Amino acid sequence: MTERPRVAFFDFTGCEGDQLQVVNLEERLFDLVEVVEVVSFREAMSEHSDDYEIAFIEGSVVTAHDEERLAGIRENADVVVALGSCAAFGGINAIRNDQDFETVTERVYGDDADMIEANPEARPIESVVEVDATIPGCPIDREEFVQVVTGLIRGVEPTLPNHPVCVECKLEENECAFHRDEICLGPVTRGGCGADCVGEGTHCWGCRGMVDTPSEDAYTAVLEEHGLDAEEIVEQYQLYWGWQRPERATQEEAQ
Amino acid sequence: MSETIDIESEYVTRVEGHGNIVVNVADGEVETCEWQVVESPRFFESMLVGRDWTEAHHVTARICAICSISHTTASLKATEAAMGVDLSAQDERLRKLALYAETLQSHVLHLGYLALPDLVGKQSVLPILDSHEAEVEAVVRLHRLGNDLTEAIAGRSVHAQRHLPGGFSKLPDEDELDALRTRLESAWSDVELVADLLVELSDELPDFERETEFISLTHPDEYAFYDGTLYSSDTGELDVEDYREIVDEVVVEQSTAKFTSHARESYMVGALARLNNNFEQLGPMAKAVADRFGLEPGSHNPYLNNVAQLVEIAHLIETSIVELDTLLDGGLDPQPDYHTPDVEVEAGTGIGAVEVPRGVLFHEYTYDEDGEITDANCVIPTNQNHANIQQDMEELVPTILDRPEDEIELTLEMLVRAYDPCISCSTHYLDVEFVDE
Repeated sequence: MTERPRVAFFDFTGCEGDQLQVVNLEERLFDLVEVVEVVSFREAMSEHSDDYEIAFIEGSVVTAHDEERLAGIRENADVVVALGSCAAFGGINAIRNDQDFETVTERVYGDDADMIEANPEARPIESVVEVDATIPGCPIDREEFVQVVTGLIRGVEPTLPNHPVCVECKLEENECAFHRDEICLGPVTRGGCGADCVGEGTHCWGCRGMVDTPSEDAYTAVLEEHGLDAEEIVEQYQLYWGWQRPERATQEEAQ
Repeated sequence: MSETIDIESEYVTRVEGHGNIVVNVADGEVETCEWQVVESPRFFESMLVGRDWTEAHHVTARICAICSISHTTASLKATEAAMGVDLSAQDERLRKLALYAETLQSHVLHLGYLALPDLVGKQSVLPILDSHEAEVEAVVRLHRLGNDLTEAIAGRSVHAQRHLPGGFSKLPDEDELDALRTRLESAWSDVELVADLLVELSDELPDFERETEFISLTHPDEYAFYDGTLYSSDTGELDVEDYREIVDEVVVEQSTAKFTSHARESYMVGALARLNNNFEQLGPMAKAVADRFGLEPGSHNPYLNNVAQLVEIAHLIETSIVELDTLLDGGLDPQPDYHTPDVEVEAGTGIGAVEVPRGVLFHEYTYDEDGEITDANCVIPTNQNHANIQQDMEELVPTILDRPEDEIELTLEMLVRAYDPCISCSTHYLDVEFVDE
């Protein structure tokens, strides 16, 4: 990695909220461009170069064209970072993976469904190319982004927390959502967010994806107390895990 | 005159989402002149089918980050209309403030980061720092102000955490609101700085007019954002219930987003449409900003949508101060921590219509008796502008063929940017026909 690495941002299928979180660094965005050279960021600038070292990729893969474009980016970049949950594990787009694809296209495009080209599933970028680092979250946390960028510049091996959100809820001294008769995905969701949604008065929606191995890594105490197990909660709640759930089931079976 | 022109601007930059401009001229004749929307399909209306009433707003916020509060608001209004849920006056005021704050953020982002570079001949906002440091700093402060006000109410500026059907899970901190009120007061000098620069650069905005129809919400008591009835500059007041017939979506080959039309071949929504339809209800500071540009109702130059956004920035600051004063006068009515508003789940259909940064947005859901969605439809503002962009291009291109190709391309890109298109949003606009499984 050069002293001031050349970085590029790319968007696939998603809401562009993770790039917006980067813009929302406000004044600190101008500090960021002191330490990295942004050579492509279509949403915010017209310049573009294919000569970059780090590629930040937002959004899921949903068309054959997406796959080709992504492969091209992988060839150009030394480091590929999945920015946000859609790129990291399919995210909210993967809700439709649990629905019959023909029904999906008919519902949205009616008689014109055949005009639309799309894959039957929304997939994360790791289903097409190798990924070197992941910043999950819907949206990403701005501080986590800054930490990952700083780490990459210093050559630190990127890591992801693998404790469930419950651990952070305890630290924050939040009232457990289960005690309020709400279903919360905190016991099986990857922490690192400071249990922010619970702190804001609701529950965990699972936006950072599952812990590596739900059957082993889940915070089972709270689940058992309420007559649930990790398996049930993983199967029953579907907002973010439409791609991850079948993948993880296969992996756990193989182990 | 250029005899042969071949413009293929793939993935227009400094817009949200993916769109192409294609113009081909051979022997001085325009052969192709197309605004193409090429965003990948998202299928949100299908994703909503089977979702619980407590999840719909969480899912639809993810249609678009720049206007996530907007989608959340339209979604909650649709759910509340379907189930007959009333909102307290305080909660409605907080919803309005969050919507105003996001619109402020979105307008500043568009005007300062995406459109301004064209006017000073730069490729992005970064090099403008060298020539106009004070103005760029003002833009950043205004952007942060919009985000901070959103965060104070919604918990987070991108994808709200506290918005719920029937209310909020948590109330904002009054001291924080008070501090934001002070910052809104002192934001006038930043608005002035940006207005001064834009006045200086206003000759760079192309002088192009094409008469069109403007559609927006209108409200008897205020400049409509949160609520109102529909209004067309051609045909007058319209019923929100009839929105499907009014927007009349059609599929076109060149686009993954449908095009819409009402009284003529196309219509425009957004800041300029609102300003044209509801000018008299703007605040005095907003009218003063409009006056500096000679912007009046009945303005048919789409490039002036940029100026209309600045006028609305002033209005949003004024009106947010008034709303905050009402909220803080006597203090907020308290509610318990981890508040879950009372909602009696029932089957029904509801429409939520809201004016959002880029124009009027509709969400419509049908719920079964268990509170699960059986049918969903979202009509997105940008989608309603695609046909108007196309019509503008068809009228504009033949008049500028004598210019160099790169200048034609820039003029057309500036046209697209003036509409502030949010293309990720607009590719999930289509009617959903619920199919019995």
